[in-house]
This record gives sequence, structure tokens and C-alpha cells, in this order.
Amino acid sequence: MTAVAVARKAPPGPLEYLRRWPIQAWLVAVAFFLYAPLITLIAFSFNDSRRNIVWRGFTLKYYAQTFADSDLIAAFGNSLTIAAVSTAVSVALGALTALLLWRFKFPGKPALEGALALPIVVPEICMGVAMLVFFTQVMPWPTTLIWPLNLGAIIISHISFSFSFVAIVIRGRLASFNRELEEAARDLGAGEWRIFWDVIMPHMRPGLVAGALLAFTLSLDDFVITFFTSGPDTTTFPVKVYSMVRFSVTPEVNAASTILIVLTVALTAIALRLQGADVARAEMGEGL
Amino acid sequence: MDESWTRAKGVFATLAGPPVVWLVAFFLIPLGIIWAFSFGENASLTQIAINGTFSNYAHAIKPLYLGIILKSFWFAALTTVLCLVVGFPVAVAITFASEKTKAWLLLLIMLPFWTNLLIRTYALMAVLRTEGYINFTLGFLWNGVAHLAALFGYHAPAFTPLELLHNNFAVVFGLVYVQLPFMVLPLYAALDRLDRSLLEASLDLGAGQLTTFARVVVPMAMPGIVSGVLVTLIPSIGAYLTPDLLGGPSSQMIANVIERQFKTANDWPFGAALSFLLMYMTFVAIAVQAMLARGRRSARA
Repeated sequence: MTAVAVARKAPPGPLEYLRRWPIQAWLVAVAFFLYAPLITLIAFSFNDSRRNIVWRGFTLKYYAQTFADSDLIAAFGNSLTIAAVSTAVSVALGALTALLLWRFKFPGKPALEGALALPIVVPEICMGVAMLVFFTQVMPWPTTLIWPLNLGAIIISHISFSFSFVAIVIRGRLASFNRELEEAARDLGAGEWRIFWDVIMPHMRPGLVAGALLAFTLSLDDFVITFFTSGPDTTTFPVKVYSMVRFSVTPEVNAASTILIVLTVALTAIALRLQGADVARAEMGEGL
Repeated sequence: MDESWTRAKGVFATLAGPPVVWLVAFFLIPLGIIWAFSFGENASLTQIAINGTFSNYAHAIKPLYLGIILKSFWFAALTTVLCLVVGFPVAVAITFASEKTKAWLLLLIMLPFWTNLLIRTYALMAVLRTEGYINFTLGFLWNGVAHLAALFGYHAPAFTPLELLHNNFAVVFGLVYVQLPFMVLPLYAALDRLDRSLLEASLDLGAGQLTTFARVVVPMAMPGIVSGVLVTLIPSIGAYLTPDLLGGPSSQMIANVIERQFKTANDWPFGAALSFLLMYMTFVAIAVQAMLARGRRSARA
């Protein structure tokens, strides 16, 4: 007890920057800057006032209105559907890409790696207009298709910008694979498929999960590229919210935003938990 | 590792086929079309004739558009500098925190970064607008002071709200708000790898905190600073949502002009040329970073 008390009173060591008050004040200011807008946004979604500036009491009526808004619910359904389908395809493509780059050397490998980095570095607006032109001039996507097939153009665009990210995550995971396991399986007579499914796949799985969560969040978050590929009947949640916020700040938007914030934060928490468990397992495996 | 593709052609084709086809069909071809359009003209309402003209690029560097390109670059540069100034102490604090605090501080920085960009921008609109939280607070303080002044017989004029939204200030404020985590994370990654004994040596040998910072920390964190600058600068130049929602008529950036060419002005070739100018700016920035990194490596070798 006393030792702790003494340690607390000791002046901060030369590298204990966190115990210096200017740094502490700076951190508090930055945290305020980052969080105050979001926290007020969430708090005022429960505020019983349309002017939305003075606290007039707790209400859930804006949530009720949000859930009663069929356009908004449809847009939300579209967003989740698009995210689910594009995640599934992105993970498949990303896993193939990662396995390809991890296992083989082949002519044109640097070119392929460069091309795969493009979706990550190309400005969103450029990719958005490219997709707009592609889906109006080259491959017009029929908008009269039944749901969810009418979302095809948006889904394709989302896969194009997500699967490179997924490939990077999975490739990182594969780097820690012990190749001797694969050789042992081969020596014991396993075929390519058997080796993939029984030996590589179990090692790759945490990478697949992390990649999937990344692809899901990227898809759910995207506004700019979707803005250029969505039509009047195929709006997503961010595009719908955009049309609502363009001119005014209303409690309904606060409520809708709060729902999306809670959803992304929950997904991120799951991702962190999974990755944390994965790291822990890897450390234990090395310990054995 | 790195097996030759000729040893297992079937497996190679299975792995390479789908991603390469997808990348070409749904990414490279769309970009290629935009590139081709940038050398074309509107032939009729729906037809674009690709005739190898450079007129779109010539149009893009006319004073009006060149001004917007330069303004985008200026906003992005200002945002980057502000993020660097705000973010560096944060990165330092995270680096030298205990393991447990470090995890919490990293979460603190990254949580807003996972929140939807549109929602973060909307949250700022609610803060900055004339009837927003900042003006409400200022008005409240003003009225308080005015009441006090009235007791002494001085009648202060009524509070006029500050115009914080729909101007250049709001755009830069919004960009800093959105980009700050992108700057802090690479800075932290670089500082975390730094050899602490060098800092201790510098402090022990009599250099002050500021001298140590300028002569030891900054040079050693340079790779992180450069990549932080890059990941802040590139998305800022091409930002669409922030200037669109927070900016006024005179704070439009290059992405807003591109959007207008495709959605309302219907001048696709010109929009395509602007898009590719933006892409070239991005590639130049990446190339400069690669060159700096190579220069550092060869200098060290």
C-alpha cells in the first residue's frame, strides 16, 4: 500500500509522458474533440424536442418513427444484404488471392500485387465514377430484377473495393503457417484438396473471420461508391441518411445514426475479441 | 515457399482465375473506360466519341478548375499539418503508456474511425450549425455576461451566432476530425519500434525534452511521419462528403466538381479527366514516399 502511494507521489520519470499534465490535458482535449459530437448525437436521439438543442426529457419516439419509416427500413435491409453477399464473395476471392501469392512464384507477380493495391489507394470518388460509367455503358444492370438481384451493381462494386483488403489480412495470417505440416501431409499421401481443407484451412480460419468482419464493415460504411451505383429503388442506409441530412439536422437522423453506430461498434468488439483470442491461441501454440 | 507455378498448374489456375478475372472485369476495365473517356468528347446526348483529344485536360487547368485543384491540395495539406500537430503528442502518450492503458488509448483513437463517415460528418453539422451546440453555448455565456453587464447599466447587443458551418473553416475542421486516427496509428507504430535507450541516453547526456524530441524522436520516427502524412493527405485531397456537407459554395473541392460532371452537368469526358488528374496526384504522392523510403534505406546501408 505505502509503496504504491509513494510511487504515485514520485515525480514522473523522463519517459513517463502519460504522467505529465500537459500531455494529459492534450489527451483529454483530443478525446473531447473526437467524442463530444458523437456522444451528443447519441444523447439527443433520446431528446423529446424537435429543435434538438435543449434537453426536454427522455423519449424513444424517434426510434419508433425510425422503425415506422418503411423506406429507411428497406434501405437498412438493402445495406445488410449487400454487406452479407459482398462479404461472402470478398472472403472467397481474398482467400484465393492470398493463397496464390503465398504459395506460388510466377511471372507477373509484382504486376498483380500492384494491381491488387490499386483498389486500396485509388480515391473513392474515382472508383465511384468508374463504376457509374461501367454500369451505365458497358454492363447496364437491370433495375427491374426482383430483390435482392437488383442490388447486383452495388454488390459488385463493394466486392471490387473490399477483396484486396481481405487478401492482405488472410495473407498476413498465412505467413505464420508452418510449411512442414503441408509437406508431412503430402508425404502421408494427402491430395491438394485434402491438404487445403484439413491442414491449411484450420490455420487460415481466424484470418478468414477477421477478413470477413473487415469486408462487412467496409461495405456497411461505404457512401461514395454506393452513391454512384445506387438507383431510386436501390438505396442503402448511408445513401438514405445522406438524403435526410443534406438539409437539416433532425432527431430521426440521430436515432437512425445511433442504431448504425451501435451495430458497427458491436461488430468491431466481436472482431477484436476474436482477434485477441486468436493471438492468445497462437501464443499458446508456440508455447507448446 | 514460393513454389514455381509450373509445378502445380491446375492449382495455380484455380487460385489465380477468379481473383484475376474479377480484378480485370470489375476494376481495371471500369478505370480503363474512365481513362479512355478523358480523351473524348460528348458527341451527342448519350454518345461519347473517344478521339484522343487533350481538350479535357486543357479545360481542367483553366484558372477556375486549377484553383479548385490547388484549393483541394491546400485544404488537404493544412489538414495533414493540423493532424500531425494534434496527433503527435497523442502518439507519444500511447507509446509510453503501460500495456493496459495503451490498449485503452488505442481503442479510444480507433473507435471513431470505425464509425460511419457520414454519421461523423452529420454529428459535426449538429455541432457547428448556427443553432448548433457551439453557438448555443456561446449564446448562453453571452447572455449571462450581458445580464451581469446590465446590472452595471451597460446594455450589450443581442448575441449573433457565429457562422461556423458551410465555409472553409468547417471543411478543414471536418477533415481533421475524420482523418486524425489515420495519422495517429502510423505515428504510434513508428514510435513503438523506437529504441528507448537512445532517448534515455539523450536525456542523460543533458539534452532537454525538446532537444531530444527534435533531434532524436522526430528523425527516428520519420518513416511513420511520412506514412502518416500520406494516409492523411491522399484521402483528404479526394474528400467528397466533408466539403459537400460542411462546405459552402466557395469551399468545393475537386471531388465535388467530379461528382457534378457525372451527376448533373453531364460532361463525362471532363469529369473523367479530373478523376485521372486526382489519380495521378495520388500516384505521385505514393511514388515520392517510396523514393524517400528507398533513400533512407540506402543512406543507412
